[in-house]
Order: sequence, then structure tokens, then C-alpha cells
Amino acid sequence: MLDNNQLLRFTTAGSVDDGKSTLIGRLLYDSKSIFEDQLQAIEKTSKKKGHDGVDLALFTDGLRDEREQGITIDVAYRYFTTPKRKFIIADTPGHIQYTRNMVTGASTANVATILIDARHGVIEQTKRHAFIASLLQIPHIIVCINKMDLVDYSEEVYNNIVRQFEDISSKMLVTDVRFIPMSALNGDNVVNKSENMPWYQGAPMLHTLETMHISSDINKVDARFPVQTVLRPQREGFIDYRGYAGRVASGIFRKGDEITVMPSGFTSKIKTIDTLKGELEEAYAPMSVSITLEDDIDISRGDMIVRSNNKPEALQDIEVMLCWLNNNPAKPRAKYTIKHTSNEQKAMIKEVVYKYNINTLDRIHDDNELNMNDICKVKIRTTKPLMVDSYRENRTTGSIILVDDSTNETVAAGMIV
Amino acid sequence: MSKYYLNYLDELESEAIFILREVWAQFQNPVILFSGGKDSILVTHLAKKAFYPAKIPFPLMHVDTGHNFPETIQFRDNIIKELGVNLIVGSVQESINDGRVAEEKGKNATRNALQITTLLDAIEANKVDCAIGGGRRDEEKARAKERFFSHRDDFGQWDPKNQRPELWNIFNGKHFQGEHFRAFPISNWTEMDVWNYIKRENIAIPSLYFAHEREVVWRQDTWIPNSEFLILEDHEEVVVKKIRFRTLGDITITGGDESEADTLEKIAAEVAGMRNTERGNRSDDKRSESAMEDRKRQGYF
Repeated sequence: MLDNNQLLRFTTAGSVDDGKSTLIGRLLYDSKSIFEDQLQAIEKTSKKKGHDGVDLALFTDGLRDEREQGITIDVAYRYFTTPKRKFIIADTPGHIQYTRNMVTGASTANVATILIDARHGVIEQTKRHAFIASLLQIPHIIVCINKMDLVDYSEEVYNNIVRQFEDISSKMLVTDVRFIPMSALNGDNVVNKSENMPWYQGAPMLHTLETMHISSDINKVDARFPVQTVLRPQREGFIDYRGYAGRVASGIFRKGDEITVMPSGFTSKIKTIDTLKGELEEAYAPMSVSITLEDDIDISRGDMIVRSNNKPEALQDIEVMLCWLNNNPAKPRAKYTIKHTSNEQKAMIKEVVYKYNINTLDRIHDDNELNMNDICKVKIRTTKPLMVDSYRENRTTGSIILVDDSTNETVAAGMIV
Repeated sequence: MSKYYLNYLDELESEAIFILREVWAQFQNPVILFSGGKDSILVTHLAKKAFYPAKIPFPLMHVDTGHNFPETIQFRDNIIKELGVNLIVGSVQESINDGRVAEEKGKNATRNALQITTLLDAIEANKVDCAIGGGRRDEEKARAKERFFSHRDDFGQWDPKNQRPELWNIFNGKHFQGEHFRAFPISNWTEMDVWNYIKRENIAIPSLYFAHEREVVWRQDTWIPNSEFLILEDHEEVVVKKIRFRTLGDITITGGDESEADTLEKIAAEVAGMRNTERGNRSDDKRSESAMEDRKRQGYF
């Protein structure tokens, strides 16, 4: 691998019937990311189950319950590397009752892959998957039109599905969408170019994943540095050292930059940007560094260092697209702990503005109940201001979770509108 | 603007540092679980980076089975001295002496499962609320489902079906008295990533990882090192081979591979060409299809 190789995270949503597991198995198998002992174990199981040959879908087997029921329940993470990139797959279930798992897997992805069975075309589930990808603002979408072998590798079928998908996606916030006709079962256009579809001029899936431009996926404009903790070594050579440790959420910070600390509003200049390997001239997202300032000001976890000429909003009333993740429904006007970057406050859901029917994408205005897997727009009030950007502008400073203090569980995930 | 991106190793490093700092900020009394294996050495190295120029602000904890490679203990003591941090040792031998656990019997007996009790006792005795481990999701299918911040109930048990969702970079370490968390900063690293990073950063690792001559016995398709704990079968024979270890566990269960790789460069090249998973040589994982899941549910690493 080369030194400048990047990491690409992608999510796959789908059910067993879409051939999702077969697709992942095929990617791992054809890119030689599967080890002999794994292969042997799967050959053994395939034989036991009476399959011809190796059932590639078995590579994605997880917990005992999942193996027994033959389904994916939780998000599973899988890894493979090619000479061009390292890949992390967030493998999620596709059914409606696992919407929350899809949202989880999508939250960190650069790319969403959406599987369509060529025999069935765009169905309700496709719509839902596209909607989640657009809601979570995944920068790139690859639509895998799978099982082309079952429709005689027909270009017409493919073109029809592309049109159907564009019909629904035109109403959503998606920018970069690519379509690939494939047969994961036979390996057409997954790693190797298909000989059965000479009419398809594009690249196979792996090549697409290896070459798509992802450097611009992170916001490079708005410099945001949430402070995680304060480093005070109090040892020789560093007696007066006071460093603010954190990970650059977005943008670029340089030595000498004029900065403002939010929410206090104090201003100063960046004195040094430190790492174990030495001082840096600049730090950009997503680097973890320690920043020292020219002036001694009171800063602690939860504060945010930003460039003085470009500040986020400090808001106590926010509008949020919320996905409810927990078995227990939301309690009306109940208080939750809201977590936003390194900041933590109490919050109350004041109003459910509307709720989505996530099959039809219609908005429901007269239903205030929030149950597991519901996606809705809500108004939230916090006890103290949060320093926020809109999720569309900034995935890190635009996202929140809610924690139920009576169980300590993470009950909701939200994107600031 | 194209130069403003990180390569994959830098991104993994930055993610791990972020997690370690979150642990420090969200918990009262964290420890790093240190086995002397490459993954816990890597986590310790990343912790050094996360808190520089301050020292690592929490202790290392070693669950000592008594069945160690002598080289591992030497290495552990050196690193403690170098970092200037405290070491907490949980002793499986003491758990046996105290009657908390009973030794397995027979030729393939190991102390692997006994570690769970010792670990949970040490966590309770030291009021540890977060134990940081070097577990990776690529190691094993139960670990593929693991969170960065992984909740354990007041019996130390893991409930894989009821895990907290983890979204973006927001981690929820809230817990009640008596419960604790496990944190896995290198979740997203693969074995290859670990070796490439160790090579790049020139991190010191125990000599056992490099090819060396050693007395070994062929058992369960791997070279098991000869030691005072090994009970030989009649047909078994001790031979000297040039081997290296791909993972380090108890000396009684860790198999080595024949190898000539005696530098980090050669090891990385060898790992890149490996056709078997690294835990393939660990008899603790071979016991059943869900051996790891079952142990993890009970509180294993």
C-alpha cells in the first residue's frame, strides 16, 4: 500500500434476498481478502447446508442468533484493503424494523450502496434506503442493480430501473449517484468487468470505490475544534503547559490564527499545535492534536475553539431531524441529556413538527408519538446554548444524540436542520 | 485543497487518539488492559500520543495467568518503567488459590477461561469503570459487532443483542454504579494495519514476534512452545525450530509459525502474504463456532 492511500467507509443496506451478503462476500473473495481458514469453514458449512459450491453469503455470518435465524440484526463491520485504498464496510440489515441500524451504519459513511433486484426494480425498500442516505447526507451513492443474470443481462431493464430511481431521488438531497448493473453471484461488474454486459461503459464496483473522489467529503471551510480535555503535564519542561486536546471537526487551523472560544466569546491567537512527533504549522480535519493559546483563558471540555471570522451559531432552540432508536417511546416533554460534540446539556423535546411515513415519504402532521425507528422533525430546547452548524454543512457540529437518564441508553440520533 | 486529507494510517491513529481522550474525559477510573501482545502495546503507544506532553493519566492492568512467556513479563516491566505509570496485576494463580476458580484438567487444559473471573475481580477491586482493550473487529465474528464504547452490566456481562447504537463520533459512556465499560480504540484496524503502523512508528515489541530458534512440539496443526506447563504425549517430540509468534497468549496455547522474518519489514511482508487468520493458531478460539462470543458474553476481553 502506498503512503497516501485513503480510508473509505461505505454502508450496505439490504436483506438476504437482495444478494447483499453475496455482494460483500464477492468483494472480499475476489479482492483476495478472505483467509484460507475462513474459506474452509464456509465450505464446510455450505456442504452441510447442501449448497453447490461455496455460499459467499456465509462470509457475513455474525452472532449465534443471526446464524440460526439467517438474518443480519446488528451493524457488522468488515474490512478489506486493495493496493489503492482501505475499506470499512458497515453491513446493516435492510428491513423497516431495523431502520435505526441503517441510520447508525450510515452516520459515518462516505458512500452508500443501495441494492436493487433487477427483477423487481425500485420498490418501497429502495425508496427508504435512498431516503436514509439523503437524510444522513452520505456524499456518494452507488446503486447496484443486481441479479442481472436473471433478466438476461438486459440493457433495457437496466435503463428502466435507472429512470425509476432518478424519479424518486430527484426529490431528495443527493448529489453523486452512480449506477452499476451486476451479478454478485457470478461476479459480473463487482471486481471484474462483466463480459455479459458489453453495453455498460462504466467501471465495476470495486474500481469505482477505489477511484471516487472523497477528499472533499469533509468540510474544509469552517474551522471547528471541540475541546475534549485539557492537558496539564505539570512536569519538567512543561510546567506551565496548558494544551487543549481535541480532534479538528472541520476546516483548517494555523499557528497565529485569531480564534474565539465559544460560548464564552474570549479571543486569542494559536500559539502552538502539538503532537508527540513535534509541532505542526497547521491542523485540519480529522486530525487529533493539542492546541495552546497566547493568552491564559478559562477553557474546558464542551467549549469550542473556532476562527474569529467564522463562527457557528449558539442556539438553545434547535430544529432537528430525529431518528428514534429505542424500544421505549419518547415521553412527552420529558428531559433528556443531549450530547453534541464534546458538549453535554439537558434538553426537552418541545414539539413534534411532523413525522415521516418512511415507506411513502409522506409527512404526517397529527401524530406526536415517537416510537422505535420513527423519523421525524422536532423542536428541541436545551438548558444552555449549543454551538451548532446545520448538518448539511457539517456532519460533526450538526449532529446530536439523546440519552435517557433513567436508563443511560442512547435513545435518539438527530441532525440539526 | 487536495493535500488536506489524511492517509489511512493517520486517520486510524487520529480516531484511536480521539477515543482514548473520550475515555479519559468520560470515566473516573480507566485502565489499559495490557497483555504484552502487539495490540495492547499499540494501544499504549497511542495513549502516549493522546496525552502528550502529559504522561498517560491512568494505569495499565495485566491479567497474569501465570503461564507467561518470560519475555512478555520482562517487556511489560520495561514499558511500565519507561512510561512512569502504575501497573495493576490480577493474578489467576491467586484466584485459583482463593478457590474463586478451578483449574481445567487434561492435556489441552488452559487458563484462558479462568481469566474472566480474575479480570472481573480486578476491575471490581480497583473500582475500574472503563477497561481499554486492544480488541479489533477484524479478529473474529463476535468482535465484528463490538462497539467502541461497550457496556458491561454489574456482572461484567456483554449483551450483544442490546448494544447502544453509536453514531458519528458521539460516544455515550454513561453507566450506573457497579457497571463498567470496555473501550476499543483500535476497533477499525486490521492485523495488516497494526503491522504497517508498528513498522512506520518503529514501536518496540517483544522478541517473540521475530523469528527465533525455540524448543517446540507439533500439536493441533501448530508449533506449541515447550515450557514447564506442557504435558507431553508419548508420541510427541520436542524439536528446535526457527519460529515466530503471530499473536501472544498463554504459552500453553499459543502456536508459532516457522518463519525467517526477523525484522519488522520482513514481518509486515510475511503478514501480507498470510493465508490464514491470526487467531487460527489459538486453540482457545477453536473450541466451537461461537467460542469467542460465549466468552465475551461472560466478560472476556
